Amino acid sequence: MSSNSKLSILTNGIIRENPTLVLVIGTCPFLATSTSAINGLGMGLSTMVVLICSNIVISMLKNIIPDRVRIPCYITIIAGFVTVVQFLLQAYAPALNKSLGIYIPLIVVNCIILGRAEMFASKNSVGDSALDGIGMGLGFTLALFCMGVIREFFGAGTFLGMTVTANLYSPMTILTMAPGGFFIFGILTAIVNKITKGRVNREFSGEGCPGEIEIGSTMSAIAEAASGSTVTEGGAK
Amino acid sequence: MAQYLSIMLTVMIVSNYVLAQFLGICPFLGVSKKLDSAVGMSIAVTFVMVLATLVTWPIQRLILDPLKISYLQTVVFILVIAALVQLVELILKKYMPALYQQLGIYLPLITTNCAVLGVTVNNIENNYTFGESLCNSFGAGVGFLIAMVIFAGVRGKMENADIPEGLKGIPITLMAAAILSVSFMGFSGVVEGIFG
Repeated sequence: MSSNSKLSILTNGIIRENPTLVLVIGTCPFLATSTSAINGLGMGLSTMVVLICSNIVISMLKNIIPDRVRIPCYITIIAGFVTVVQFLLQAYAPALNKSLGIYIPLIVVNCIILGRAEMFASKNSVGDSALDGIGMGLGFTLALFCMGVIREFFGAGTFLGMTVTANLYSPMTILTMAPGGFFIFGILTAIVNKITKGRVNREFSGEGCPGEIEIGSTMSAIAEAASGSTVTEGGAK
Repeated sequence: MAQYLSIMLTVMIVSNYVLAQFLGICPFLGVSKKLDSAVGMSIAVTFVMVLATLVTWPIQRLILDPLKISYLQTVVFILVIAALVQLVELILKKYMPALYQQLGIYLPLITTNCAVLGVTVNNIENNYTFGESLCNSFGAGVGFLIAMVIFAGVRGKMENADIPEGLKGIPITLMAAAILSVSFMGFSGVVEGIFG
């Protein structure tokens, strides 16, 4: 594989398939933790660490994990790394851990991670999967950081906690609250629409996440295999 | 009794899971196009939330805490929820085919819905008792239902509206959600007013 295609794996997640701004997945943590630049950065980096580690491990184990139970296996691996990140944050960044709160354990159900495990890491080599994890993680982190900077600047008049506007205008506090999250995200997706000129076909899918249907069908396959039933309707998707 | 009602009302309208805490945004944006699917999804979510709490709260308090392995919370909870959803699906399919027809298609979507894992973790973090946890979960589910039903109505109106080209699709949906979220902010302080 040439170095050119390695580079394209890396940049794919940052620009062309940016998980939040272009593919619109992983929206919950994106909206909730982008109240300030530092929160966004912390969440983005935590997710990136989990994504890289889980991508590497899943790609290493791709020939060992049986196909029918792969999704529960992936979830267990991801949950393990989330627990590690949770410990690290508690030990070294307690303030960040406190402000991110419940969204740290919720990294487990972030569609981006399970989606990349299913779509990329389970089919590609360890090195490529690591690169993909770095690219996707950077894309998510950059998007979160941008959104955090915008919301913090207009909502609180600060940048990374430093006051920058110095009473030039009174900050619109609502932008750091829930409605502002939806609104700024709407504007950002409109800008992305304009740039890509609608080339990327984006629509909210009913599933929300690529992995969700799969989990259901895999689990029912297990249950049916266990109950001795011969009917297999799992894997219809 | 008052504290149960207060917890339920708070999570239903004041700190609504979707509109104030950003939990469960995927189904909120994805399944809210039609009213009947919005209602079906919300009822399934409420059902799974209460059921998941029924199982995860005792696991945390009776197994993880005494053994001092509460750091396994994330791993255990997500696997329990995934298994539980499957179990419910199988039971419904076998014994209540009519209900399965209604809710069945939504159940697999719920496993990785962050609102379900969120509510179970929230119950533990807030140190709720078993009864309070159940109220919290039920209230969160009903709050989800309220948000979904209102938003399905909004999106129905939006279909016939004249929207600027650049905002069509996702951007205008998010902006409508922002306005809905503003209106829910008006409820802040209501519960303290009633029970305080």
